[in-house]
Amino acid sequence: MSEVVAPFLEATVRTATPLAIAAMGELVTERAGIINIGLEGAILAGAFGALAGASQGTAVGYLAGAGAGLLVAALFALFTVRWRADPIVVGTAITLLSLGATGTAYRAFYGAEGASLSIPTSPAVAVPVLSDLPYVGRALFAAPLVTYFAWALVPLLWWWLSRTHAGLALRAVGERPEAAEAAGIRAGWIQALAVLTGGTLGGLAGASLVLAQVGTFAEGMSAGRGFIAIAVVVLGRWHPGGVGLAALLFGAASALQYLFQAMGWALPYQLFLALPYGMTLVALAMGGGYRRRASGFQR
Amino acid sequence: MSDPATPALAATSPIPRYATPVLRVVLVAAVAVGALAALLAAAGYDAALALGALWEGSVGSWYAIGSATLVRATPLVLAGLAVSIAFRAGVFNIGAEGQLLAGASAATAVALGSAGVLGRASVLAALVAGALAGGAWAGIAAWLRRRFRVLEVISTIMLNFIALHAVGWLVRGPLQEPTRIYPQSSSLPDVARLPRLLPDARVHWGLVLAVAACVGAWWVLRHTAAGFRLRAAGANPSAARVAGLIDVDRVTSMAFLASGALAGLAGASEVGGVTYALYESLSPGYGYTAIAVALLARLHPLGVVATGLLFGALEAGATAMQRDAGVPSVVVAVVEAALILVVVALESARWRARAAEAGT
Repeated sequence: MSEVVAPFLEATVRTATPLAIAAMGELVTERAGIINIGLEGAILAGAFGALAGASQGTAVGYLAGAGAGLLVAALFALFTVRWRADPIVVGTAITLLSLGATGTAYRAFYGAEGASLSIPTSPAVAVPVLSDLPYVGRALFAAPLVTYFAWALVPLLWWWLSRTHAGLALRAVGERPEAAEAAGIRAGWIQALAVLTGGTLGGLAGASLVLAQVGTFAEGMSAGRGFIAIAVVVLGRWHPGGVGLAALLFGAASALQYLFQAMGWALPYQLFLALPYGMTLVALAMGGGYRRRASGFQR
Repeated sequence: MSDPATPALAATSPIPRYATPVLRVVLVAAVAVGALAALLAAAGYDAALALGALWEGSVGSWYAIGSATLVRATPLVLAGLAVSIAFRAGVFNIGAEGQLLAGASAATAVALGSAGVLGRASVLAALVAGALAGGAWAGIAAWLRRRFRVLEVISTIMLNFIALHAVGWLVRGPLQEPTRIYPQSSSLPDVARLPRLLPDARVHWGLVLAVAACVGAWWVLRHTAAGFRLRAAGANPSAARVAGLIDVDRVTSMAFLASGALAGLAGASEVGGVTYALYESLSPGYGYTAIAVALLARLHPLGVVATGLLFGALEAGATAMQRDAGVPSVVVAVVEAALILVVVALESARWRARAAEAGT
C-alpha cells in the first residue's frame, strides 16, 4: 500500500505548492477588497521569468519570476485601482497579454532549442528522521525549499492579517473602505500594495512551477491555475489555514491520475485532467455569496 | 461598462455619426500594425519582411481575402457577437471557447449520424445541434451564477478547460475515426458540409450566417422589448429591478444561453465549413479573440462584423507571417490585449472627465 500512497501524497504536495503560493497572494489581494482576475497572467509571466533567470542560478530564477509577477500586477493595479477600469475586462486583457508576450519571447529567444530546452529542477531537501516516516514522510519532509516556504506562509499570513496594524488596515479597507478612509487609512495605496503582493506571490508560484515541478516552459503552461487559485481562496473561506487545506485538496485532485495509473484502473485519463476544473466549479458553488463579498467595493 | 452605444462625439463633431465606427476601425488597425511593428523590431525580427507577409497573407490578393481572411473572420464574428450579447446584459461570459468546442462536438456527432438519413438537411441539423450544445454548456455557468452567485468569469474559464479535455476524450473514444490511428473524428460526408460561397475560394455559408446573426441581433436589441430588457438589465441591474417590470435574473440567464448558442454555432460552422472533422486544436483560441472583437466593437452587433473582419485579417496575416518570416503567430495575442487595454484606458479617461465635470 505504501508504494502507492506515498507517491500519491508526494504528487499531491508537489502540485499543491504553486497553487498554495498563488492563492496566499490572492488571499491578501481579496482581503483588501479586490479580485485579481489577471492572476493567471502573473503566474505565466513568473514562469517565463524563472526560465530566463534560471541560467544565472536557481535563486535568480525565483527572483526573476517574482519580479515578472510584480510587473504584471502593477499593470493591473494601474488600470483598476488608479483608473477605476473594469477589473474583469482588464484582468482578461492582461492574461491575454501575458500569454502572447511569453509565447513570443520564448520562441524568439529559445526558438532553436524549442521544446527540448529543460533546466534542472530544484532538489528536494530532506529533513533527517522525519522524512523516513511512513506514507507522509517524503511528501512533507523531503520537498524543494519553495514548498517549505509555501507552508510557512500559512502561519505568517495568519499572524500578519490578524495580529498587526498593517493587517488590520488591509482588512478595514477590504470590508469598510469609507470607514477606513475616515480613520486616515489611504485605501487606494493599501489596495495597490495588496495587488502587488498578490502578483509577486503569483509570479513566485509560476517560478515554482518551472523550477520545482516541470523543469521547462511551455506556451500557456499556467493552464488556468490563476483561476483555480481564486477558487481555492473561496473554498478556504478567505483564511490562510483554510486556503492551505484547499490547495492540498486541489493538489490531491490533480495527483489522482497517478494513483489511478498505479492501480491500473481503466478510466479515460481526460477525466482526471478535467477533475481540478470541475472541482473548482463545485468549490465556487459552495462558496456562496462570493459575488457580494469580494466585489462589494469594486463595483 | 458604460453604455457603449452612445458615441460621445456625435453631438458636436463635424464628422457624420455613421462615420465614427469606420474611423474607429481604421484607427484601431493603425494602432495594431504600429504596435506589431514595434514589437517585432524589439524581438529582433525583420519587421518589413514580417509586415509584408502579414499584408500578403491577409488582404494582398483575392485568394488571401477569400480563402484566409474571410474564413478566419467567420467564427470570430459569431463568437464576437456571442460575447457582445452577454456583456451587454452584464454577463462576463469568457467561455465562448468552451461553448464553441461543445457546439463543434455536437455538430460533428449529429452530422456524422444523420447524413445518411437526412441528406442535405443534415447541415441544418448539425447547426441546430451546435447552437443547442453551446447554449447548454453556457447553461451550466448560467445556472451556477443564478443559483449560487458563482462568478461567471471563473466558471466559464473552468468550463473551457473541461470542454477541451472532453473533446480530447471524444476524439480518442466515441467519435474517433474508424481506423483508430488519429485523434480525430471521421470526415463529414459532402452532403453534411456547408457549401462554399464562391467557386474558387474557401469562404463558406457560415459567413452569411454570421453576418445575418449580427444584423438580427442588432434589430432585436434596438427594436424589441426583449432587447430593451436585456440592455436595461446590463446597464443598471438595480434600476431595472426597482423599476419592477424586469426580472433581471431571468433576462441575464436568457442572454447567457443565447450567447452560448451563438458561440456553439461558431463551432458548428467551423466543423461544417472548414475542418470537416472534430479534433482538439480545432480552434486556435477563437473564443478568447472574440472578447477583443466584442470590446473593440464596443459591444455593438454591427460593429462586431467590422472588428471580426479586422481580426480575421490579422490572424490570417499572422499565419502567413509565421510561415514566411518565422514570427510566432501568438504575437497577435499581444496586439489584441494592447488594443483592449488602450480602449479601456480611453473609456475610463472619458468617464473620469465626465465625473469631474459633474463635480462628483
